[in-house]
Amino acid sequence: MQALTIISAVNDALITEMRRDPSIVTFGEDVGQEGGVFRATVNIQEEFGEQRCFDTPLAESAIVGTAIGMAVAGLKPVVEIQFSGFVYPAFNQIISHVARLRNRTRGALTLPMVIRMPFSGGIRAIEHHSESMEALFAHIPGLKVVIPSTPYDTKGLLIAAMRDPDPVLFMEPKRLYRAFKQEVPEEAYTIPIGKARIVEQGDDLTLISYGAQMKETIEAGHQLQSEGTSVELIDLRTIYPWDKETVLKSVKKTGRILVVHEGPRSFGVAAELISTITSEAFEYLEAPPTRLTGSDIIFPLPTAEKHFLLRTEHIVQVAHEVVRYEP
Amino acid sequence: MFEKFDPRKGKRFQLLNEDGILSAEARKYPMMTDDELLHAFKTMILAREADDWAVSLNRQGRMPTYPPVKGQEANSIGSIMALRQDDWFVQAFRELGGLLIRGVPLSQHYLYFLGNEWGSHYDIDRFHITPISVPIGSQMPHAVGLAYAERYKGNDRVTIAFIGDGGTSTGDFHEAMNFAGVWNSSLIFYVQNNQYAISVQRKKQTASPTIAEKAFAYGFEGVQIDGNDLFAVYAATKLAAEKARKNKGPTLIEGFTYRMGAHTTADDPSRYRDEEEVQQWAQKDPLLRIQKYLIKNKLIQSGEIETLRKEARKTARDAFEEAENYSDESLDNIYRYTFKDMPPILEEQLEKRRILEGEED
Ligand SMILES: Cc1ncc(C[n+]2csc(CCOP(=O)(O)OP(=O)(O)O)c2C)c(N)n1
Repeated sequence: MQALTIISAVNDALITEMRRDPSIVTFGEDVGQEGGVFRATVNIQEEFGEQRCFDTPLAESAIVGTAIGMAVAGLKPVVEIQFSGFVYPAFNQIISHVARLRNRTRGALTLPMVIRMPFSGGIRAIEHHSESMEALFAHIPGLKVVIPSTPYDTKGLLIAAMRDPDPVLFMEPKRLYRAFKQEVPEEAYTIPIGKARIVEQGDDLTLISYGAQMKETIEAGHQLQSEGTSVELIDLRTIYPWDKETVLKSVKKTGRILVVHEGPRSFGVAAELISTITSEAFEYLEAPPTRLTGSDIIFPLPTAEKHFLLRTEHIVQVAHEVVRYEP
Repeated sequence: MFEKFDPRKGKRFQLLNEDGILSAEARKYPMMTDDELLHAFKTMILAREADDWAVSLNRQGRMPTYPPVKGQEANSIGSIMALRQDDWFVQAFRELGGLLIRGVPLSQHYLYFLGNEWGSHYDIDRFHITPISVPIGSQMPHAVGLAYAERYKGNDRVTIAFIGDGGTSTGDFHEAMNFAGVWNSSLIFYVQNNQYAISVQRKKQTASPTIAEKAFAYGFEGVQIDGNDLFAVYAATKLAAEKARKNKGPTLIEGFTYRMGAHTTADDPSRYRDEEEVQQWAQKDPLLRIQKYLIKNKLIQSGEIETLRKEARKTARDAFEEAENYSDESLDNIYRYTFKDMPPILEEQLEKRRILEGEED
């Protein structure tokens, strides 16, 4: 065992799996010699050489586009997009090719590849470095979207993503990159994509989140527990395909649900979950399924980011409404 | 026009050498008046001091991430000096000197990097400037559109668009170049080739020996100039602007320069470049070079320089304080400017947020 942060778990997952699988290559802007602006690929070029870990010119579309070619020819590319805010030049490649190739060739060509990118706000970053746009990607048919919130899950999910037969978009909560350490096994292990994690069991309220927002959500859960509410805390971990079974089972038990995410509200992840819950667990509900999310606004620059971010007390406040609701 | 300095033949345009000596050729090219030169010099000192101050404030925790311009100042100062106030100025994000030449208050630039949207609220009719563009390369097609619109309206305003060497790898850069060639746009593409895109060396961005020569493939001229030479920057931009104003097509200017500081305050350049290289470029510092010229030609006395620097330092400190005292952006404003009229669905979200923050009214 080793105590790792989320960022070092990314690095550890890459190294562990690259030792096992010589078809893996990893590249992107500043990924080689520099080891990534967040140090996710540090020491990888030293160990595996420039053919397996390298810098590219500054062009996200070509980073993802060349990864497609490599994957078709049998390599397993794991590309880094420096910040999720700069993935958009590659959006065409992702939506038009990455997500479609298996289907349109009826399985003749497949794309085992991973696109890693840091996302989320709260680090007083400059423009375009704070958004949480996971819903955009989750909406694309043919794409898996994974978001860890702990070092242990990061390693297991990233290795699972590298072993997945289909493309995985791996979004890393950069606010938590170095927030805390956790014991992580040194050997390779996987955590199944598509499975949520029940962080804590409870009976009165289901509280769901993922990624960076998990931290405040867990804190809020604990506060509610100290007030006598029994909270079931769930980390969704995979945005698509999301773990309907775990979520529905929990809601059927508690009858009350609050979904929390930092990304914008309209057409977001919470909307999808709540829509499903409403139609498939309707008779179990004791309160309106509720969401607490970012607003439909441009993520503000640092002096106002406090007005966008969801704090623990905000979650508690809304959870109270859900718990105290009487029809 | 730049035939003598064809980048494909390995030529680079320079007028003022590292010792501050002006070439005999220089008089054949457009030159600033002595007053203009002094103004450019003072602005360069201010940009340098403002930059250093921002970096040191970052260390004190008073300034979030900031991208220093140190070493590159001549590029935007010389080129913006060569243009009219009403020519469009499309920024990337390392053009502080050019902003100051336009008259943009330093406090506004600081305000942006302090993390306040009002830092991008330029007085457009006065400054004719577009806001900083963080997504690398994305501003280039905008410039082509600006140039199109001005011609459409019958104006002879030209457009200058800045980008870094890394940015020349983006699709947007190439698409913009191609459009500009096809449309014969009244446009100057100014590439600040500071040798690095964060840690990535210029030679890893493109296999072509120069960036300037790419222009020829798009059907127009490109020239590589010494970007630390204020005279060369001014002359090249002036010529390119005159050409553009006569509808004789776009020009790509590659300013060969060096980022003396870190990529941003979050970066540690010692991880990817040697101190020796930095020292070599320090000899080519655009500020020292122009200073040598001014002293040699008795346009300034060496004693005055320290005074100018002190004044600039004070201006920077005052500007920062002004920016720091500006009120933080408000809850209402981060919603209000999403659309001209706030849709009810957003109004409702704002109301909910007010309640969350305990602002019930
Ligand atoms: C599309 C895009 N990708 C990545 C980034 C992250 N990033 C910010 S600056 C930079 C390097 C830019 O290099 P260059 O264009 O040479 O300009 P310089 O910073 O040297 O002035 C990178 C990769 C970005 N801002 N936009």
